[in-house]
Amino acid sequence: MSTVANIWRNLPLKAKVGAVLFGIFLLTAIIGPELAPYDPSFQNPAPNLLMAHPSAQHWLGTTQVGQDVFSQLLDGIRQTIVLALLVGIIATALSVIVGVTSAFLGGLWDEFLSLLSNVFLVIPALPLLILLLGYLSGRGQWPTIIVLSVLGWPWGARVIRAQTLTIRNRDFVAAARESGEKSWRIIAFDIIPNEVSLIAASFVNTVLYAIATSVALAFVGLADLNSWSLGTILYWAESQQALQLGAWWWFVPPGLAVALIGTSLVLLNSGIDELGNPRLRASRGMERVAGHRVWATDPTPVLSQLSSSRTRVAAFLHSFSRGSLLDETPAGGELR
Amino acid sequence: MQFILRRLAFYLVAAWVAITLNFFIPRAMPGNPVESVIAKYPDLTTSAEKALELMLGGGNQGSLWHQYVTYLGHVFTFNFGTDIANFPTPVSTLLAQSIPWTLTLVGVATVIAFLVGTALGILAGWRQGGWLDRSLPGLMFLQAVPYFFLALVLVDVVGIELHWLPVGQGYNGQTTQPGWTLTFIGSAVQHAILPAFTIVITSIAGWMLQMRNVMITTIGEDYVVAAQAKGLPSRRVVYTYAARNALLPQLQGFGLALGFVVSGALIMEIVFAYPGIGLLLLNAVSSDDFPLMQAIFLVITFTVLIANLIVDMVIVFVDPRVRAREAA
Repeated sequence: MSTVANIWRNLPLKAKVGAVLFGIFLLTAIIGPELAPYDPSFQNPAPNLLMAHPSAQHWLGTTQVGQDVFSQLLDGIRQTIVLALLVGIIATALSVIVGVTSAFLGGLWDEFLSLLSNVFLVIPALPLLILLLGYLSGRGQWPTIIVLSVLGWPWGARVIRAQTLTIRNRDFVAAARESGEKSWRIIAFDIIPNEVSLIAASFVNTVLYAIATSVALAFVGLADLNSWSLGTILYWAESQQALQLGAWWWFVPPGLAVALIGTSLVLLNSGIDELGNPRLRASRGMERVAGHRVWATDPTPVLSQLSSSRTRVAAFLHSFSRGSLLDETPAGGELR
Repeated sequence: MQFILRRLAFYLVAAWVAITLNFFIPRAMPGNPVESVIAKYPDLTTSAEKALELMLGGGNQGSLWHQYVTYLGHVFTFNFGTDIANFPTPVSTLLAQSIPWTLTLVGVATVIAFLVGTALGILAGWRQGGWLDRSLPGLMFLQAVPYFFLALVLVDVVGIELHWLPVGQGYNGQTTQPGWTLTFIGSAVQHAILPAFTIVITSIAGWMLQMRNVMITTIGEDYVVAAQAKGLPSRRVVYTYAARNALLPQLQGFGLALGFVVSGALIMEIVFAYPGIGLLLLNAVSSDDFPLMQAIFLVITFTVLIANLIVDMVIVFVDPRVRAREAA
């Protein structure tokens, strides 16, 4: 328990905000649909509930055919997050397998696998996804999950390969090899534990990619349009002219949800980056020395220079501050 | 030159993979796409069915190898078959109509986003912890917004509520016709402002974040400290010493990120009903027009590959190390 608390305390603020935000959506995904006030597909025939503004009964209004947008949103968050997490797990597993094997085997295998991942990095993914799912349309969720996973691994594989190459040449791996450890044991117990932060970052990135892409695909109509995901809500809103009719309560909430989930993941990811490379932290840039702003890129300040560059009023005020104890010039500053 | 040749070979391999995927996907899919298309469009002529079978497989076109070679020949002569939904227009004609729109819009907007994002990244990295740097999480929010959602909101607010800018279409069809006239170009620019703004706003944060992170690493290098110690003006240190070296990873990232930007822009076009490739793709998807979808995939891939090649040439031009490695 204490180690978990310790890790949490050391996380950069960005990562904390990201984790909390994503946690809220995760919680919504778990319990949200149980709390949904209505069946999201139920079409209320009451004429005053067609495209109704948000009200006490329908917190986010209703659609063209009287469905409750709030219930759709809760269901949609679950489906989108489940899909993204599944894609994240499968694609990250693939990229770890490809990246580690490629770096560990070396030679022709490495050449081939690197070429493959570079080729799939450079081929734009979305048109290929649209093409594949165009042929597979009307077959539910699984084609989307599989196709997204199959095309989602190259980036992670590339990064993990590079890291494995450097770890492979470290002394402790050489020692393990000399002592007769089997290759799979070296990979599982020496190499992969040293790549956890990289794998985590790659997972977060893949989830982000899966959310953005699946929503875009559903928006084009390439998804199971009978189920509720954030993308399909947006698809129906667009195709039923919610925009032209000014029904903002229909298309703004799902879009905002996608944006917030995405932001939480981006924050989480740059937080993980900062954990690995503390130099990147924004807070470490500017500091105040004797009441002066000093940037990390400025030359080391000389205190007497700092205080003499102050205006007279500022210098007078400064003479009361604790910073003035550091000054060598007399209180009140030099008269110019 | 050697570097460029090696990259060229790589792009040729990538193009070949894309073409081969394109050839095998319809043949590997469950069900018979040709039959499903014929079922959907019952009044196709026999010649159209023949063309379909050649693109998608099926029928008696000889061995798979023979089909593959014929297919390669067709791709190299830009013969993508006839369109089904708009029979008998060749697919290449449809493509030729929409490519200029997308290329101009996405190209200009991406270059603007790249330049502005890089410039902001330089400043944020130099003044680490300053207001620009602290505003990054806010920009990340814009980056996480799906392109098409921002487009929807802009259409709603700027186009429909405020009537500031026209939305939908690439130009005003009632007042002007395509051509090199001032009214047409003016109208086209007016229609392109909102879509371009969408691309710039959503992709700027990515460039900025990357440039900032590389900048911060570069600033820690000894030669930057040495330049400062020499007492060079900070403008010179920032641009000539730090930013110039930090720019190289940024340029390399540009090529890879291009695919994402183009993908996002395709969906964005749909919202604006912009007459580019994205809208064509949507129409192809909704009418099960498989030959058109395949051709669009290939064209987009080729464009991204060519753009990558251009970026590589720029890298050779900017980075003396690449040239030095070849001379050695």
